[in-house]
Amino acid sequence: MKQQTQKRLLGIAAVAVVAIVWQIIADYVVGRSFILPSVTDVASAFINLLGSGTLLTDLAVSLEHFGIGIIAAFILGVPLGILMGWFRVADHLLDPIIETLRPIPPLAWIPFAIIWFGLTTQAAGFVIFAGAFFPILTATYAAFRDVPKVFVEAGKVLGCDTSFELIRYVALPAAVPAIASGVRIAMGVGWMCLVAAEMFGVSTYGLGYQLWHNYYLHQMPNVVVYMLILGFTGLIIDRIFRNYVDKQLLRWRAGEVA
Amino acid sequence: MSGVSVANVGKAFPKEDGTFTQALEGVNLEIGDTEFICLVGPSGCGKTTLLRIIAGLETATTGSVTIEGRAVTGPDPKRGMVFQEYSLFPWRRVIDNVAFGLEMKGVGKEERRRTADRYIELVGLSQFRDAYPYELSGGMRQRVAIARALANDPDVLLMDEPFGALDAQTRNHMQKELLSLWKQTKKTIVFVTHSVDEAVYLATRIVVLTPRPGSIREVIEIPWPHPRDRTSPEFAEVRRRVLRMIDESENIQ
Repeated sequence: MKQQTQKRLLGIAAVAVVAIVWQIIADYVVGRSFILPSVTDVASAFINLLGSGTLLTDLAVSLEHFGIGIIAAFILGVPLGILMGWFRVADHLLDPIIETLRPIPPLAWIPFAIIWFGLTTQAAGFVIFAGAFFPILTATYAAFRDVPKVFVEAGKVLGCDTSFELIRYVALPAAVPAIASGVRIAMGVGWMCLVAAEMFGVSTYGLGYQLWHNYYLHQMPNVVVYMLILGFTGLIIDRIFRNYVDKQLLRWRAGEVA
Repeated sequence: MSGVSVANVGKAFPKEDGTFTQALEGVNLEIGDTEFICLVGPSGCGKTTLLRIIAGLETATTGSVTIEGRAVTGPDPKRGMVFQEYSLFPWRRVIDNVAFGLEMKGVGKEERRRTADRYIELVGLSQFRDAYPYELSGGMRQRVAIARALANDPDVLLMDEPFGALDAQTRNHMQKELLSLWKQTKKTIVFVTHSVDEAVYLATRIVVLTPRPGSIREVIEIPWPHPRDRTSPEFAEVRRRVLRMIDESENIQ
């Protein structure tokens, strides 16, 4: 318990020191809020933005984009990964296609996202999907490839007589930890794609859009506010997911982290 | 009745260069009801392969295995298997591991848990019924694996060096427990082991295989009742005989 308190105090102290140094440099060395907004500039910008009421809307819009992309990536990535990881024919058939598409940077899909979906939530969601899909697919695929043979054989000897039963009762539960790691990586990539997609004008709301918009307006303290909100939201999403996975899905792996 | 009949079984594994490795050749073996058979032989003689063919996890290249007159064509819950590696599903609690086979059969939750509880009690792990496998020691895990195989009420229990990964003390203890389980359940057991001592301690008949391609070199009846005294002269004599057989064949190789 004591160690815990000490850890927290040290963390707070480090943040405080950085804030003070930042404030001093901004005020006395740089001296121009446009080049480097100070802590107090950012704080008052944050309060103003809170008052204007768009902050929550932008956060909600961004989360919606993110949700669409991640959920779509999960719904398509996991079954496809299972198919390719379990059935050799599916692997041989789909692998060349996947390997061709995978190296395309997700942001390169932005033009077609706009042409196909217009300036809609789906367009932004599609770009996030393009970033999140492959990490989930490859993690699921690799996880299925790595299911220990002895589990599969035990399943067979105990009466799993179809591929469906072996997947449902043996391979999928065995693969959950690796799939969860893949989803975590996918969420990180997706969050980055979110900002880029919104910045490129796929949407006229959202944290990424506001960040870019305020840059055009030369409201640099606001830009910093959006940067920090993006960082914190990403962190919170990751924490919530990790917590859920550890508590709900991976109780059988005590002490290990997804 | 659950006689196992192995008739002229051979197994060839294809190699990368297109040729074959002959693992087993012309194996004939009749296993009677409630026998305890131990398969021993030099390393790589195919004893595990033979067990896996009986289990239906491998297919014989020649010959056939029949159980109660029915040919083995694939894995079946009628043949329980305990693996050398820890094979419990780590995401399931002990009770649900043991109930797995019954769940696959479509037995309802209440009933399969009741049956599973009985087998968990049989292996003396009632207090661990709700534990996850990571909370158990190696010996306990193998006991659960045995309970899981027995819960399907198989005709034959196939065991592939189940105690190979355990320390000597736990191993001796597990051997005693297995004998008591065998007496209580009256199952036919086919047991692969590297340890001649283990084979002499457990088996009603020891089947000694030749080096690759494995075939049966000798079958030794051990009529003594259990529990057996490891330090008795007869015990040492049989152990020496089997060891010599395995040694000789390894030297020839």
